[in-house]
Amino acid sequence: MNALSRFFARLEGPQTLGRGPGFWIGFLIVLAGACAYPLFSDGYTVGNTVYFFTWIFMALGLSLIWGYGGALSFGQTAFFGIAGYAYGILTINFGAAYGFTFVALLFAVAIAALFAALLGYFLFFGRISGVFLGIVTLSVTLVLERFMAQTAGPEWKIGAARLNGFNGMSNMPPLTVPWPGGDIVLFPDVQLYYVVLGMLVLVYLGLRILVNSPFGNVLVAIRENPERAEMLGYDIRKYQLGTFVIGAALAGLSGVLYTSWGQYITPSSMGMTAAALPIVWVAVGGRSDLTTTLVGTITVLAVFQALTIHGSQYALVVMGIMLVLTVLLAPRGLIYALARLIARPFSKRQPGDA
Amino acid sequence: MDVGTLAFSALYQFGDAFAFLVLSACGLAVIFGMMGVINLAHGEFIMCGAYVTVSAAHAGVPLPLAILIGALVSAAVGALVEILIIRHLYDRPLDTIVATWGLSLIFTQGTLILLGSTMAGVGTPFGSFTVGDYSYSLYRLVLCGMAVVVIAGLYALFNWTRFGVMARATIQVPHMAAALGIDTRLVYSLTFALGAGLAGLAGGLYAPTMTLVPTMGTTFIMEAFVTVVVGGADVFLGTAPAAAVLAVVKATMTSWYGQLAGQIGLLMAVIIVIRVLPRGISGFLLRERA
Repeated sequence: MNALSRFFARLEGPQTLGRGPGFWIGFLIVLAGACAYPLFSDGYTVGNTVYFFTWIFMALGLSLIWGYGGALSFGQTAFFGIAGYAYGILTINFGAAYGFTFVALLFAVAIAALFAALLGYFLFFGRISGVFLGIVTLSVTLVLERFMAQTAGPEWKIGAARLNGFNGMSNMPPLTVPWPGGDIVLFPDVQLYYVVLGMLVLVYLGLRILVNSPFGNVLVAIRENPERAEMLGYDIRKYQLGTFVIGAALAGLSGVLYTSWGQYITPSSMGMTAAALPIVWVAVGGRSDLTTTLVGTITVLAVFQALTIHGSQYALVVMGIMLVLTVLLAPRGLIYALARLIARPFSKRQPGDA
Repeated sequence: MDVGTLAFSALYQFGDAFAFLVLSACGLAVIFGMMGVINLAHGEFIMCGAYVTVSAAHAGVPLPLAILIGALVSAAVGALVEILIIRHLYDRPLDTIVATWGLSLIFTQGTLILLGSTMAGVGTPFGSFTVGDYSYSLYRLVLCGMAVVVIAGLYALFNWTRFGVMARATIQVPHMAAALGIDTRLVYSLTFALGAGLAGLAGGLYAPTMTLVPTMGTTFIMEAFVTVVVGGADVFLGTAPAAAVLAVVKATMTSWYGQLAGQIGLLMAVIIVIRVLPRGISGFLLRERA
């Protein structure tokens, strides 16, 4: 019991913004609002909201790798795409009966994580630092996009699943819950909303515990000064690799949920533009905190959606401008700066987090 | 087919790959080697050079002059970007990557909005010649020559001119150079403009051989990244040998399995090289020499 309460005590700590009853009451109010939201809306709008939610896992993973670990990974969309395609291939071949879609989800995420472990081994154990890490992961993503884009011919199929080149793969079954008296197929609607919301809360709280655990403290120490962390006796390569794999698995989860949501995945979801978007969400929100990343991602996605009505090219220009301005004016993120501003009058003791 | 034509074919493909790698990477390498900044908008400077070149050529300017105009316009845009954005981020190298990525989004989409999804190109000049059973484009040989000229020119610039001496001093110990009266901010601006201009030159040179689309920069950027990563921080001891080694890999894989295999081969090569030589070829050479 004691160990359990210590475990949950890590929900707050030096590595996360927001502590004390005030924050958690606010958290519960937001959560209750999110739970009640489908009651005041129609299925179509709720389905669209799920679309926002699917991206947040990838953003949280990037926050962990980049914001907490200090490693610049531009390859999040590669893992997104790998898991998305893996889910499609598995479910098209084996169908959706007996809850197999959730097995496929686990396999797809595992494949993405395995790929990340392999790539990460070469990168981190080769001691690739800062700038190079970013461009190697980006190169991998771009080559993967080109590879998938040329799989249009009929010879490119795995079992019954045609890869379909640039047009992408479609018609895979959505996530399906086996249920006595008829399976529940999770189309973009209220049921999928609650499933994804549940996953999101679990991942968010789980990551809070992770970053406030000894693992998270070492991770932040590596971000602040890799040599010092190493001199203190930590094998920084293992910590970085572990973080990279967790982040990749989260990106993979996003990929699976996206593929299942739209029953569709294309190579362009891994392209240069697609790879830039997670960077925008996380940088604008505030990469060094999970909560600001979460809020920032939802905000930027909502702005993007609103702008896309007037044409997606304009929306992307605005995203680019937003990114440049954030880096120049609020390097730690707009939402992060706002959160610090709001939190200041409420907190009695200012802990020494920088 | 006799051995001579076969050897020529292999040499031609190697030269073609070498020229592409050198020309697409040198701008990125100059900026990275001199300033430690990776310019993710590199591909967009190439695109800028290509668009300006083709526009000038359509307006009746002869092609060599049009390419020069393209390079100069890119250099001017580069100087502007340095003054407005990069200058403020020198103490935060990771943030320059993010900021230049934002720029890349703005440039790509801005071009798409302003100029449409494609632009009429100009034909490849000089025609072709045949050796044995195959015909080869003469322009590709010109590109190959240009790659050598660019490397030689950069060598001369950095070793034999006043700007070169000041730039190397600034790179070695910035505050010392500043104390000796060198305007280091100006040197950084000029270096960035030089890198952007070289990117524009690459765009101008390759403009006649490819379709002009706003996303054409991504065609170059992977090869440029790989060459700079394998080469390391030095342009002459790094980029040129890296391009030579990678050109062998690329030409072999491409003639074997096609264009994409060439790129995958490059990527495999880079991942293996960074595992063995984390500081690239130039890091390895310089440590041997020291």
